[in-house]
Amino acid sequence: MDWLHFAVFTVIIFIFVISGVLFFIWYERRGLGRFQIRPGPNRAGPFGLLQPVADAVKVLLKEDIVPALADKPVHFLAPLIAFVPALAVFAVIPFGDGALLANLNIGILYIMSVSSIVVIGIFMAGWSSSNKYSLLGAMRTIAQEVSYEIPLVLSILGAVMLAGSLSLNDIVKAQNVPFILLQPLGFLIYMTAAMAEINRTPFDLLEADSEIIAGFQTEYSGMKFGLFYLTEYAETLSVSAIASTLFLGGWAGPLLPGFVWLLIKIVAVFTFIMWVRATFPRLRIDQVMAFGWKFLLPLAMLNLVLTAILVLTGLNDKVWLAVPLNFALAFILIIGASRQFRTGGGHVIV
Amino acid sequence: MSSFKHFGEGLLRGLDVTAKHLGRKWITVQYPEQKLVMSQRLRGTDIIWDRSSCISCRACERACPVGCISMAVSRGEDKKLKTDDFTIDFGLCIFCGLCIEACPTGISIYLGYNYANTTYHCSSAKESKTGSTPSDGRCIELVRSNDALLVDDVARPRSGYYRPEVEANLKQQTLLINQTSYLEDLKRKGER
Repeated sequence: MDWLHFAVFTVIIFIFVISGVLFFIWYERRGLGRFQIRPGPNRAGPFGLLQPVADAVKVLLKEDIVPALADKPVHFLAPLIAFVPALAVFAVIPFGDGALLANLNIGILYIMSVSSIVVIGIFMAGWSSSNKYSLLGAMRTIAQEVSYEIPLVLSILGAVMLAGSLSLNDIVKAQNVPFILLQPLGFLIYMTAAMAEINRTPFDLLEADSEIIAGFQTEYSGMKFGLFYLTEYAETLSVSAIASTLFLGGWAGPLLPGFVWLLIKIVAVFTFIMWVRATFPRLRIDQVMAFGWKFLLPLAMLNLVLTAILVLTGLNDKVWLAVPLNFALAFILIIGASRQFRTGGGHVIV
Repeated sequence: MSSFKHFGEGLLRGLDVTAKHLGRKWITVQYPEQKLVMSQRLRGTDIIWDRSSCISCRACERACPVGCISMAVSRGEDKKLKTDDFTIDFGLCIFCGLCIEACPTGISIYLGYNYANTTYHCSSAKESKTGSTPSDGRCIELVRSNDALLVDDVARPRSGYYRPEVEANLKQQTLLINQTSYLEDLKRKGER
């Protein structure tokens, strides 16, 4: 009955992602409203709950314009190629003990490889639009995404090392205490790199209004643009889910069922991402690249080495010692790396 | 610890600032339901005419720089001037207030508080069979005449522009900073 498991779980994941994305869109607009001392959407439905639905209907009804000189098949395929990987990541996210579509023993590897396909979709979109600005926007986005993938993977490896497994289910089971306590620096690097990876503030250069107007998606309208929009939020959802699984203990938690705990953690991580969006201004492209290569990458490598030493010496098994030690190390490493980090001659106040 | 600003202290302080904003009152006005009290001397997009005190001198018509006021005046049996038709095309009017300043009686014409003159329809007077306005081809929804321009203190309050005696009796303007939040407003309405 394997096929039944796959079929049912695929439907569940699809519904989860779509409803999650709709919730996130509503939640973010309301939340940002609160941060900016205004109510946010409150017209469609109670508390504006139907606002994302109204937006979706509007996007569906809009005219789909394709530039005359566009590479039409590529232009058509780009949003799909961007969206499908964002969805496919959820195949290995455990919603409970063993409650996942495919319990791969290379779960993390699968996530990293699949989620990087989005980049191809973005480049296809920029290339096929036959618009210089779209192409430039796409290349900027790709430069950023490719750069931040490295610290992202390195930060995840810390958690993998502690758990001794690449399977997400096993990583959750290995967390006697949430790995955020044993990997505070890893979590920070993961969140930073992930925010760059999903193009959210302060790394949202793909939508730098003042320079390149919506970047690679300039020439997209109607449902194709809707798919890109969906991709963005599906990626945010997946990033939140991965962060909850790797660092916050996934479905583990007292009293409530595992699924609910995972949802609570996902929303908590998303709230943090939203909070960051409400706070920080957009960075310049050279600042983004310098931050990724000169600050995050060495920091992630140092974190990895130190984690390896701690795991080898067995210090990480003694929780009462490991937690303060890891926080102290994170503090020292951040200050040490900041001292070395310079862009354009002076310190960048980050 | 000023040197800590190089190590991400600014980021944390920024997060702290936004977090404090979460609990604050909204400063926006939910416009159609909630309105601010305008300045006492607002030049609103509305003109109020007082037929009883008007002496039909046509000073306002002559003062108007865009010619949006038109009056039809005749002499009655008692040899006094009376206004047969008084029309203002709000599509043309620039709300400069010159008509108000030109009025010799000082009480016959006022600017109003209204600032929402948009309409969903715009039919020209030519097409409309009932349109009795002199300015043919204009959007008749924006052309008001005679009784539609009369003083009505409840629905169309007069602005204090160039009329100090009116201004003295008007409510103090609410600034955006002083206004109560939308939620409080709803709560108060619920209690009523």
